[in-house]
Amino acid sequence: MEYFAEILITALLVLGGIFGLVGSFGLVKLPDQMTRLHAPTKAATLGVGGILMASLCWFFFFSDHSSWHELLITLFLFLTAPVTGLMIAKTNMHLTWRPEELPDPGEDRNWATFGQSADRSLMDAVPEVDKAVRDHRE
Amino acid sequence: MIGYALYFAFACFGIGQLFCLYRVVIAPGVGDRVLALDTMSINMIALIALFGILHDTAMYFEIMLLFAMVGFVSTVAYAKFLLRGDVIE
Repeated sequence: MEYFAEILITALLVLGGIFGLVGSFGLVKLPDQMTRLHAPTKAATLGVGGILMASLCWFFFFSDHSSWHELLITLFLFLTAPVTGLMIAKTNMHLTWRPEELPDPGEDRNWATFGQSADRSLMDAVPEVDKAVRDHRE
Repeated sequence: MIGYALYFAFACFGIGQLFCLYRVVIAPGVGDRVLALDTMSINMIALIALFGILHDTAMYFEIMLLFAMVGFVSTVAYAKFLLRGDVIE
């Protein structure tokens, strides 16, 4: 039993380390701003997830004070990584390109972050809500 | 066996921190710097977790949680500042 636990923890540690290294290396290596955004937000989070799972298993099998704290940290990181990625992507869009250089999102709508049709774009799907909101504004 | 894997993971995340530091110092845009700082805080969480395994202590959980929260909030605040010129409008 202890042998299998050791193999599991070693595999998780090595996997997490490799993923963390690849994620940070991608930050230096990749050519474009948006592709550089891709590497750390996915790979580093997976690497930290592996390390935290290894820590959870280690404290569960070999120590007397096991707890679920690592799962809490992993959950928090998994929830916050997409928000961080979204905010940095919006920053890149505003700092790097003019609005007319961006790819066409289609369906007669602009990118939400540029906001020219921001008051219309969400409300078009539900006409009643649109009318209610418009009445409220007037 | 776990000891070798532990030191391997330490080396991986240490080299990762150096890559991130390089990207903070030499970057083509401000967004890359913010991203590199966010990655540094995430890698630091992993390093603290490894340190906790090495010393067999549960004292570092709160530090990891604080690092996660402060890293997230500071990254979002910086990105918001770059987007709008203000953090709280």
